[in-house]
Amino acid sequence: MSQTGAQLIWESLLREGVDTVFGYPGGAILPTYDAMVGYPIRHVLVRHEQSAVHMADGYARASGRVGVVVATSGPGATNLVTGLATAMLDSTPLVAITGQVGSALLGTDAFQEVDITGITIPVTKHNYLVTRAEDIVPALREAFAVARSGRPGPVLVDITKDAQQGRARLDWEAALPHRHLRHLPPPLDPAALAQALDLIRHARRPIILAGHGVQLAGARAEVLALAERSDIPFALTLLGLGAVPATHPLSLGMMGMHGESWVNRAIQEADLLLAFGMRFDDRVTGKLKEYAPHAKKLHIDIDASELNKNVPVDVAIAGDLLEVLRALLPGVPVADRSGWLDTIREWRGDSAVRDIKNLPDDGHLYAAHVMHDLWCLTKGEAVVVTDVGQHQMWEAQYYKHDGERSLITSGGAGTMGFALPAAIGAKIARPEAEVWVVAGDGGFQMTFAELMTAVQEGVKVNIAVINNGYLGMVRQWQALFYEGRYAATPILSPDFVKLAEAFGIPGQRVETRVEVAAAVARAREAKGAALIEFKVEQEDSVYPMVPAGAALHEMIRRPSALAETGSDPV
Amino acid sequence: MPHVPAPHVLVVYTDDEPGVLTRVASLIRRRGFNIHSLTVGPTERTGLSRMTIVVDSDAPTVRQAVAHLRKLVNVLEVQQLGEGPMVVRDLVLVRVTAGPKVRSEVLQLAQVFRATVVDIAEDSLVIECTGSLDKIDALVDAMRPFGILELGRTGAVAMARGTRIPSATRAPLPLRTGSGPEAMSV
Repeated sequence: MSQTGAQLIWESLLREGVDTVFGYPGGAILPTYDAMVGYPIRHVLVRHEQSAVHMADGYARASGRVGVVVATSGPGATNLVTGLATAMLDSTPLVAITGQVGSALLGTDAFQEVDITGITIPVTKHNYLVTRAEDIVPALREAFAVARSGRPGPVLVDITKDAQQGRARLDWEAALPHRHLRHLPPPLDPAALAQALDLIRHARRPIILAGHGVQLAGARAEVLALAERSDIPFALTLLGLGAVPATHPLSLGMMGMHGESWVNRAIQEADLLLAFGMRFDDRVTGKLKEYAPHAKKLHIDIDASELNKNVPVDVAIAGDLLEVLRALLPGVPVADRSGWLDTIREWRGDSAVRDIKNLPDDGHLYAAHVMHDLWCLTKGEAVVVTDVGQHQMWEAQYYKHDGERSLITSGGAGTMGFALPAAIGAKIARPEAEVWVVAGDGGFQMTFAELMTAVQEGVKVNIAVINNGYLGMVRQWQALFYEGRYAATPILSPDFVKLAEAFGIPGQRVETRVEVAAAVARAREAKGAALIEFKVEQEDSVYPMVPAGAALHEMIRRPSALAETGSDPV
Repeated sequence: MPHVPAPHVLVVYTDDEPGVLTRVASLIRRRGFNIHSLTVGPTERTGLSRMTIVVDSDAPTVRQAVAHLRKLVNVLEVQQLGEGPMVVRDLVLVRVTAGPKVRSEVLQLAQVFRATVVDIAEDSLVIECTGSLDKIDALVDAMRPFGILELGRTGAVAMARGTRIPSATRAPLPLRTGSGPEAMSV
């Protein structure tokens, strides 16, 4: 019995295990929306298609499943682009389905016709233009396989209206995909494994650099086993936070531009870097020429194109991290590196005294305080979804992520407006989790229309808007590198409490540290979404900081004025 | 045309479907790889295309290009020639000014290059020549003094010598071709 192409889309999604799609209807995708009724798949109506991709992204990152987006042709499809780029750079598995004008109209500049497959080539792993009903199932099956396999990423399937309306038989088995298998890593090379072990055996000051790939490969236990067996400290990339526990004794914390100085110093002084599922992004390495000059380098990543891309390494292994680590572990020497660990501890020096977190309450509210308190109050167990900017870095520094998939943030693309929609997606994926949005006043204003989506869908997310009245990170750069000329960075905000009320959710404003705990408690108790505006110190900056293009050890430290008034180190 | 001292020659096997050339070209552009030439054509197998890409970069960059090409879903295999012996051929059509006074001289030169004359007009000749990139460059240089009116080169097509048979010629191909699920706007 044949079915319409539109039905075949939903049949395919069901078979791929999809329970939720995020979308927005329109003319060219109408047949698909019409056929949706009756399928046990939840549709979340967004307020802007970009948010649909961020929601699917948050859903995927929180759960490890493929996120699915549905949009119409033309502007509906082009609105996906920023979200796809965000997912591409952060390796999120997504499938975006877009309607397209009828195949007879392709190439005629018909109403709402846009060449979305042409537009999205650089920001997807692959994409499809489907013009016949019988091609829908093979395209979708392959799209899911491509999105999930190897280094995950977004895939777009553009389906013409006549393909949705046409009829074809569902032959699931015949559509078994195989092309995604073309580029899986080759079998492990025993010689490379031996070389890797040799590096570890001869290292005196090794350090593990753990990235997002640890999470994607599910290699948490193996990374910890290797670290513990050989007494090797680990530093994390932004997207690696939570991949291994922050409160583990061997955890150093985040590396790179806003990493703690002793972490970056440990990297600069190390004699071996063990880079696991990370890609030596410029925010992590600083000036490449002076990066980890004394270290041999072992790099394991599933994406061979990341090996020797930014940093030339001594041993490069393209492979699934889990598989590689399991092969390495039996040969990893048991070691005691207390000398090296003590040295790193000494490098902490007066850092704790300079830490704003440890300053006595002077009546001002600092974002760092809010993040630290939020960590304490949620016992570090929340899923935090951050936007992009200063608050993102403060969150990374002060919210200690122990749990896997407990920090969701736009790292590679740095997409403002990401947090609220991604958090909605994360909460839908993991309803049992406590989900917090941490956003700045700038980024939150980009996508706050999705508050209504949260209300309509009954999604409980707690929202912390860190309001400093500036596009804070840009202002910080202006202060440091543009002689304080604050061009276009002061930003006005609406009354966020009234705004929340307009959406029908409780809003609170917090201006001093003593109010933080009670406000957080009230937000957590609220039945649905709840918003807190934290009015924080306006011209506070994120420290430490490696200026763009500087070497990793050339950090701007926290102002010493803080050190002079500091309390006891923690 | 820039000369490649030690050209890195890549042979890329792809699905033969609309849009594949766009994907390869888009990759080369956005990653900033300099290429000298790119040719594409069908193979002995239906559904399989073959590209020869001459890359104008240092060895690490070429390795990057290969790694990125290998990530494209439509790419079955990338062979990096140049590590072993290979045959590289380019074809040129060149229209040269050749009035009665110099015509015999042009014809003689063409003969030296084993080039053939494929068209004769009153004051010009069209010469066709196949050979290595160097040979074609030399032919063009030799013709330049007479006055080149028009010139077209195919870009290199290359193949390894010996028995290095690419596995792509045996790999499974897409379920459908033509306007199948992979059909793309170019």
